[in-house]
Amino acid sequence: MRKFACLYNELDATTATTRKLDALEKYFSANEPGNAAWAVYFLAGGKPRQIVSTKLLRQFSTEMSGLPEWLFDECYLAVGDLAETIAHILPPPEYETDIGLAVWMEERILPLRGDKPEKIRAALFDYWRGLDSQSRFLLIKLISGGFRVGVSKLLVIRALGELSGTDHKVIAQRMMGWTDGAVLPSAESYQKLIAPASEHNAVEGGQPYPFFLSHPLQTDPHTLGDIRSWHAEWKYDGIRAQLVQRGGRRYLWSRGEDLITDRFPEISGISLPDGTVIDGEILVWKNGAPGSFADLQRRIGRKMLSSGILDEFPAVLIAFDLLELGGRDIRGFVQLERRASLEEIVQGTGNSALMLSPLIDAPDWQMLEVLRSSSRARGVEGLMLKSINAQYGVGRTKEGGVWWKWKLDPYTVDAVLVYAQRGHGRRASLYTDYTFAVWSDAPSRERKLVPFAKAYSGLTDREIAQVDAIIRKTTIEKFGPVRGVTPTMVFEIGFEGIARSSRHKSGVAVRFPRMLRMRNDKKIDEADTLDTLKAMTRNHG
Amino acid sequence: MADLVVSAKEGLLCVPGDFYIDPWLPVERAVITHAHADHARAGHAHYLTAAPGAAVLKSRLGEISLEALPYGKKIVHNGVTISLHPAGHVLGSAQVRLEWHGEVWVVSGDYKLDPDGTCAPFEPVVCDAFITESTFGLPIYRWEAQQKIFDDIRHWWRRNAEEGRASVLFCYAFGKAQRLLNGIDSVVGPIICHGAVSELNRIYRESGVWLPPTLSVSDVSNKGDFSKALIIAPPAAAGSPWLRRFADYSDGFASGWMLLRGARRRRAVDRGFVLSDHADWPGLMRAIKATGATRVIVTHGHVDIMVRWLREIGLDASGFSTEYGTDEDDNVAMNEAVAFKESHA
Repeated sequence: MRKFACLYNELDATTATTRKLDALEKYFSANEPGNAAWAVYFLAGGKPRQIVSTKLLRQFSTEMSGLPEWLFDECYLAVGDLAETIAHILPPPEYETDIGLAVWMEERILPLRGDKPEKIRAALFDYWRGLDSQSRFLLIKLISGGFRVGVSKLLVIRALGELSGTDHKVIAQRMMGWTDGAVLPSAESYQKLIAPASEHNAVEGGQPYPFFLSHPLQTDPHTLGDIRSWHAEWKYDGIRAQLVQRGGRRYLWSRGEDLITDRFPEISGISLPDGTVIDGEILVWKNGAPGSFADLQRRIGRKMLSSGILDEFPAVLIAFDLLELGGRDIRGFVQLERRASLEEIVQGTGNSALMLSPLIDAPDWQMLEVLRSSSRARGVEGLMLKSINAQYGVGRTKEGGVWWKWKLDPYTVDAVLVYAQRGHGRRASLYTDYTFAVWSDAPSRERKLVPFAKAYSGLTDREIAQVDAIIRKTTIEKFGPVRGVTPTMVFEIGFEGIARSSRHKSGVAVRFPRMLRMRNDKKIDEADTLDTLKAMTRNHG
Repeated sequence: MADLVVSAKEGLLCVPGDFYIDPWLPVERAVITHAHADHARAGHAHYLTAAPGAAVLKSRLGEISLEALPYGKKIVHNGVTISLHPAGHVLGSAQVRLEWHGEVWVVSGDYKLDPDGTCAPFEPVVCDAFITESTFGLPIYRWEAQQKIFDDIRHWWRRNAEEGRASVLFCYAFGKAQRLLNGIDSVVGPIICHGAVSELNRIYRESGVWLPPTLSVSDVSNKGDFSKALIIAPPAAAGSPWLRRFADYSDGFASGWMLLRGARRRRAVDRGFVLSDHADWPGLMRAIKATGATRVIVTHGHVDIMVRWLREIGLDASGFSTEYGTDEDDNVAMNEAVAFKESHA
């Protein structure tokens, strides 16, 4: 645990990729494969289901520290992270333990799940006595399923590649599904992960390929050159997924590498030739057009699907790429070739739940831009531009060609900050999470501010400091961690989508709201009204 | 008996003595606990401060009417007996002891219990009422031994030097910088100080505090020497052109606030070293207990929380609102503001 805590510290302390890579390689080469296996699992984003509830963790740590509950709560508010709070308030360690991560996980942590509270209490007290605050912090993160650190899965893969000399693309492939929790990490699985590449790296089982991700287009598309060397497609707002058919079985994977086969029976029911992997987007499809994301949310997370739900919110897979054909990995083929094969496969299935993402025909960039402006009416977010010579890369790689996402500019309104709450982690103790309101009506004496969205991103640290200071000065009421303020500040709020909603007081729900800028030049009377928002819902699917 | 010290709009007022302690508005007579900017402000007619702190105060405020009082020596003003006692915070920092008609009040200013080599160590003063700071008044704040922190810094410096990188350590120019210099020593390579730090080094040395040899950037002719150097700079130098000359460097920040991961990440330095010139939670509790005071008044920091806790353990506690640092629960926000004012921690 101590070594893993040191690694965590090093990764957390630096933003430099080379130093992170160094630290990872050093850790992996100096540790036993069993420990390394668990480290890979956590670093690559693996999260075991919560082992001990937050409630018990709070209760036991408060007991051990001898603090009253209110004082624990004050500490938590200042720190903004439960594990860190607990690590700091516990009495100093009584002895030192040096137990490897694998033993910690397999013999000490996982067995606590579902155990009796008094047994958990005794175990935690014992563990805490033998760990310094850094290791305690980590222990609690592992127990509560909240472990996160600033490395990408890709960086872990690179480190393993450098260390073992095995091509990192091969390692990335082997690592798919590693973190889904179906199989526990072990020394054996770690050694398989970094073993030299064999002649034919046949993919076994139902594993998907690493998803290829796009980059936002921030320049004029003219700079991309001849439009004929690009494929343009609509950018859908659904769930990215791979449909895998191997060994007579089908597997549906989300981008988060969760197996969601059972959640979308229409899609899992699509029969494909064996040895086929399709990349696409899951959408709810109604009346010949994409449903809103809110529709899709009715399907996500539902394990039991009634026929009513299936009828009301039918799902489809919009296919846009083919990664495996006849059992052969064709990611190295260029877009043009993969697309041609994809069209054949899709046409061959004849299942209406599998739709081909249409290529958008435009003679030049101006024309394409005109089409892009129709995105909202079509229920899409904008365009995807794929070089016809691009291979299907791994993650956000750019070497083999690039995918650009060319999204519409967001909706914007000017809104007034009315409530603020303190942030977490890096923003603990600062008021960073805000609720914004618009006016109920045109200017009149009776009109009120109606909250419609919460946002916490988009400001620089300096701006946050300014806003934080104003919030502290203009607070008129406090309810728990939330402060109500005298309305003085206007912000331009951007969001991606908007739909009518009976669950929200304002009558609308917005998607991905964030602050675009502070409007110090505007008075609160100049903020927008609810009518402005309602008008926006009309041109959205 | 009426309270000996009250909170007035100008600052903490000793009523029968008709003078103020660390006032934030201009007054006739001010007793200054230490020369940090939020405690020692310009514009008062007459100043009284502890003798070891006189030179720093003068260098910061210029020509002032100043009386320097040795630690422990008593003077009487309007019938109130005043003496100053070491607070262990920075050079010349003092607790103010006030005695009137047999009742004793002590105003702590800022204080730290663990001794270091740069100022007289904190001395508990028995009193009836103790006015205490609460900068780190939460149980999460518990400092490790300073020796361990100095070791960590030397280790970081050595590793940087081996990898050919300069080590830039940000800290407050008055107090923390000298404590670090005194504790780290120039064991790995040369130490270079920013101008704001050098000026205070001079005063510390003249006051008889040992500091290792330090250089200013203009003393270094061979730029290659930077890669082995430790550079001590105030937080305000972060991101300034002054730092560009050091090319590839690793940076660290030494402050009590660095205990929290959120604060470390917000500061965006490579390393946060948890070293504070204030008492931690156990230190505050120990100091309060040692005074034997039954009445405790809490100022700047976590006032409400400390007051509630002290009441629960049976003391007569209340709070004063002051303009030192900032108030209440905004410790980290305060860090941001104060870092640039070069004052607390």
